[in-house]
Amino acid sequence: MNEITTFLVVLGFLLLAVVIALIRVIKGPTAPDRVVGLDTINTIVIVSMVIFGAAFRDVIYIDVAIVYALLSYISTLFIAKYLEGGEF
Amino acid sequence: MSLIDIIVYIFFTLGIFFNLLAGFGLLRFPDVYTRLHAGTKCTTFGSIFICGSVILIGLRMWLTGNPDDGSILTIHTVIALIAILLTNPTGAHAIARAAHRSGVKPVGAVIDELAGNPVKKASSKKKEVEKE
Repeated sequence: MNEITTFLVVLGFLLLAVVIALIRVIKGPTAPDRVVGLDTINTIVIVSMVIFGAAFRDVIYIDVAIVYALLSYISTLFIAKYLEGGEF
Repeated sequence: MSLIDIIVYIFFTLGIFFNLLAGFGLLRFPDVYTRLHAGTKCTTFGSIFICGSVILIGLRMWLTGNPDDGSILTIHTVIALIAILLTNPTGAHAIARAAHRSGVKPVGAVIDELAGNPVKKASSKKKEVEKE
Protein backbone atom coordinates (compact mmCIF):
# COMPACT_ATOMS: atom_id res chain seq x y z
CA MET A 1 0.00 0.00 0.00
CA ASN A 2 1.29 3.43 -0.88
CA GLU A 3 2.30 5.60 2.06
CA ILE A 4 0.00 8.50 1.22
CA THR A 5 -2.90 6.02 1.02
CA THR A 6 -2.20 5.01 4.63
CA PHE A 7 -2.34 8.61 5.76
CA LEU A 8 -5.58 9.18 3.86
CA VAL A 9 -7.19 6.12 5.49
CA VAL A 10 -6.22 7.48 8.93
CA LEU A 11 -7.68 10.85 7.97
CA GLY A 12 -10.92 9.16 6.92
CA PHE A 13 -11.31 7.56 10.35
CA LEU A 14 -10.56 10.89 12.03
CA LEU A 15 -13.23 12.50 9.82
CA LEU A 16 -15.69 9.91 11.12
CA ALA A 17 -14.79 10.91 14.71
CA VAL A 18 -15.33 14.59 13.81
CA VAL A 19 -18.77 13.79 12.35
CA ILE A 20 -19.77 11.88 15.51
CA ALA A 21 -18.66 14.80 17.68
CA LEU A 22 -20.56 17.18 15.39
CA ILE A 23 -23.78 15.28 16.11
CA ARG A 24 -23.26 16.11 19.79
CA VAL A 25 -22.63 19.77 18.93
CA ILE A 26 -25.92 19.94 17.01
CA LYS A 27 -27.99 17.90 19.49
CA GLY A 28 -26.50 19.11 22.78
CA PRO A 29 -29.16 20.08 25.31
CA THR A 30 -27.11 22.69 27.14
CA ALA A 31 -24.39 25.11 26.10
CA PRO A 32 -21.48 23.33 27.92
CA ASP A 33 -22.28 20.17 25.90
CA ARG A 34 -21.71 22.07 22.69
CA VAL A 35 -18.47 23.54 24.02
CA VAL A 36 -17.22 20.03 24.91
CA GLY A 37 -18.00 18.86 21.38
CA LEU A 38 -16.19 21.84 19.87
CA ASP A 39 -13.14 21.17 22.07
CA THR A 40 -13.00 17.55 20.87
CA ILE A 41 -13.33 18.63 17.23
CA ASN A 42 -10.50 21.14 17.71
CA THR A 43 -8.13 18.47 19.02
CA ILE A 44 -8.96 16.05 16.20
CA VAL A 45 -8.43 18.81 13.60
CA ILE A 46 -4.97 19.56 15.10
CA VAL A 47 -4.01 15.89 14.79
CA SER A 48 -5.34 15.81 11.21
CA MET A 49 -3.14 18.77 10.29
CA VAL A 50 -0.10 16.96 11.71
CA ILE A 51 -0.95 13.94 9.55
CA PHE A 52 -1.35 16.17 6.48
CA GLY A 53 2.10 17.59 7.15
CA ALA A 54 3.57 14.09 7.32
CA ALA A 55 1.69 12.90 4.24
CA PHE A 56 2.68 15.69 1.86
CA ARG A 57 6.12 16.29 3.50
CA ASP A 58 5.18 19.93 4.04
CA VAL A 59 5.94 21.48 7.42
CA ILE A 60 3.61 24.48 7.00
CA TYR A 61 0.64 22.25 7.96
CA ILE A 62 2.26 21.48 11.32
CA ASP A 63 2.98 25.18 11.94
CA VAL A 64 -0.69 25.89 11.27
CA ALA A 65 -1.56 23.10 13.72
CA ILE A 66 0.52 24.70 16.49
CA VAL A 67 -1.13 28.10 16.01
CA TYR A 68 -4.56 26.47 15.78
CA ALA A 69 -3.96 24.64 19.09
CA LEU A 70 -3.10 27.84 20.95
CA LEU A 71 -5.95 29.87 19.42
CA SER A 72 -8.57 27.18 20.07
CA TYR A 73 -7.36 26.98 23.68
CA ILE A 74 -7.86 30.74 24.10
CA SER A 75 -11.32 30.60 22.51
CA THR A 76 -12.33 27.71 24.80
CA LEU A 77 -11.17 29.65 27.85
CA PHE A 78 -13.17 32.70 26.78
CA ILE A 79 -16.36 30.70 26.13
CA ALA A 80 -15.97 29.04 29.54
CA LYS A 81 -15.49 32.44 31.16
CA TYR A 82 -18.64 33.69 29.41
CA LEU A 83 -20.69 30.68 30.52
CA GLU A 84 -19.48 31.09 34.08
CA GLY A 85 -20.95 34.58 34.31
CA GLY A 86 -19.58 37.39 36.34
CA GLU A 87 -16.99 39.94 35.44
CA PHE A 88 -14.22 39.58 32.90
CA MET B 1 8.30 -3.82 5.75
CA SER B 2 10.69 -2.88 8.51
CA LEU B 3 10.17 -2.73 12.26
CA ILE B 4 9.58 1.03 12.25
CA ASP B 5 6.75 0.59 9.73
CA ILE B 6 5.04 -1.95 11.99
CA ILE B 7 5.37 0.34 15.03
CA VAL B 8 3.98 3.27 12.99
CA TYR B 9 0.97 1.23 11.90
CA ILE B 10 0.30 0.05 15.48
CA PHE B 11 0.47 3.64 16.75
CA PHE B 12 -1.87 4.83 14.01
CA THR B 13 -4.35 2.08 14.90
CA LEU B 14 -4.26 2.94 18.60
CA GLY B 15 -4.70 6.64 17.87
CA ILE B 16 -7.68 6.03 15.58
CA PHE B 17 -9.21 3.69 18.17
CA PHE B 18 -9.00 6.24 20.98
CA ASN B 19 -10.20 9.15 18.84
CA LEU B 20 -13.23 7.15 17.70
CA LEU B 21 -13.81 6.16 21.33
CA ALA B 22 -13.91 9.87 22.20
CA GLY B 23 -16.60 10.43 19.56
CA PHE B 24 -18.75 7.53 20.76
CA GLY B 25 -18.31 8.61 24.37
CA LEU B 26 -19.51 12.09 23.47
CA LEU B 27 -22.53 10.58 21.78
CA ARG B 28 -23.46 8.00 24.43
CA PHE B 29 -22.75 9.50 27.86
CA PRO B 30 -25.67 11.14 29.68
CA ASP B 31 -24.05 14.18 31.20
CA VAL B 32 -21.76 17.16 30.62
CA TYR B 33 -19.11 15.93 33.04
CA THR B 34 -18.95 12.36 31.75
CA ARG B 35 -18.88 13.67 28.17
CA LEU B 36 -15.99 15.91 29.16
CA HIS B 37 -14.23 12.87 30.63
CA ALA B 38 -14.61 10.95 27.36
CA GLY B 39 -14.01 13.79 24.95
CA THR B 40 -10.86 15.20 26.52
CA LYS B 41 -8.93 12.24 27.90
CA CYS B 42 -9.43 10.00 24.90
CA THR B 43 -8.45 12.67 22.36
CA THR B 44 -5.33 13.54 24.36
CA PHE B 45 -4.26 9.89 24.54
CA GLY B 46 -4.97 9.26 20.86
CA SER B 47 -3.12 12.44 19.88
CA ILE B 48 -0.04 11.20 21.74
CA PHE B 49 -0.02 8.01 19.64
CA ILE B 50 -0.65 9.70 16.27
CA CYS B 51 1.94 12.43 16.88
CA GLY B 52 4.33 9.71 18.09
CA SER B 53 4.00 7.83 14.82
CA VAL B 54 4.63 11.04 12.84
CA ILE B 55 7.70 11.64 15.04
CA LEU B 56 8.92 8.12 14.20
CA ILE B 57 8.46 8.83 10.47
CA GLY B 58 10.44 12.06 10.87
CA LEU B 59 13.21 10.26 12.77
CA ARG B 60 13.44 7.65 10.03
CA MET B 61 13.74 10.42 7.43
CA TRP B 62 16.36 12.06 9.62
CA LEU B 63 18.51 8.93 9.88
CA THR B 64 18.10 7.70 6.31
CA GLY B 65 18.01 9.98 3.29
CA ASN B 66 17.27 13.64 3.91
CA PRO B 67 18.15 14.87 7.42
CA ASP B 68 16.87 18.45 6.92
CA ASP B 69 13.20 17.63 6.25
CA GLY B 70 13.23 14.89 8.89
CA SER B 71 14.59 17.08 11.65
CA ILE B 72 12.13 19.90 10.87
CA LEU B 73 9.19 17.46 10.79
CA THR B 74 10.22 15.85 14.10
CA ILE B 75 10.82 19.07 16.03
CA HIS B 76 7.65 20.78 14.84
CA THR B 77 5.54 17.72 15.64
CA VAL B 78 7.04 17.62 19.14
CA ILE B 79 6.08 21.29 19.61
CA ALA B 80 2.52 20.60 18.39
CA LEU B 81 2.26 17.63 20.78
CA ILE B 82 3.46 19.76 23.70
CA ALA B 83 0.86 22.41 22.79
CA ILE B 84 -1.90 19.77 22.79
CA LEU B 85 -0.71 18.27 26.09
CA LEU B 86 -0.57 21.64 27.81
CA THR B 87 -3.80 23.18 26.52
CA ASN B 88 -6.25 20.25 26.45
CA PRO B 89 -6.59 19.43 30.20
CA THR B 90 -6.58 23.12 31.13
CA GLY B 91 -9.46 23.83 28.76
CA ALA B 92 -11.38 20.83 30.09
CA HIS B 93 -10.96 22.07 33.65
CA ALA B 94 -12.23 25.53 32.65
CA ILE B 95 -15.28 24.03 30.91
CA ALA B 96 -16.10 21.84 33.92
CA ARG B 97 -15.86 24.77 36.31
CA ALA B 98 -18.02 26.92 34.03
CA ALA B 99 -20.63 24.15 33.72
CA HIS B 100 -20.81 23.75 37.49
CA ARG B 101 -21.09 27.46 38.13
CA SER B 102 -23.73 27.94 35.44
CA GLY B 103 -25.95 25.44 37.27
CA VAL B 104 -25.66 22.18 35.28
CA LYS B 105 -26.10 19.24 37.66
CA PRO B 106 -24.71 15.73 37.09
CA VAL B 107 -27.32 13.10 36.21
CA GLY B 108 -28.27 11.14 39.32
CA ALA B 109 -26.51 13.45 41.74
CA VAL B 110 -27.96 13.45 45.25
CA ILE B 111 -25.90 16.12 46.99
CA ASP B 112 -23.72 18.91 45.68
CA GLU B 113 -20.77 19.30 47.97
CA LEU B 114 -19.21 22.13 46.01
CA ALA B 115 -22.31 24.33 46.33
CA GLY B 116 -22.14 24.45 50.15
CA ASN B 117 -20.16 27.64 50.41
CA PRO B 118 -19.78 29.28 47.00
CA VAL B 119 -16.64 31.30 46.58
CA LYS B 120 -17.29 35.01 46.15
CA LYS B 121 -14.52 37.34 45.29
CA ALA B 122 -15.52 40.16 47.64
CA SER B 123 -15.93 37.96 50.73
CA SER B 124 -12.68 36.10 50.13
CA LYS B 125 -10.83 39.37 49.76
CA LYS B 126 -12.42 40.59 52.97
CA LYS B 127 -11.35 37.43 54.80
CA GLU B 128 -7.81 37.87 53.57
CA VAL B 129 -7.80 41.42 54.87
CA GLU B 130 -9.11 40.26 58.24
CA LYS B 131 -6.45 37.56 58.47
CA GLU B 132 -3.74 40.05 57.79
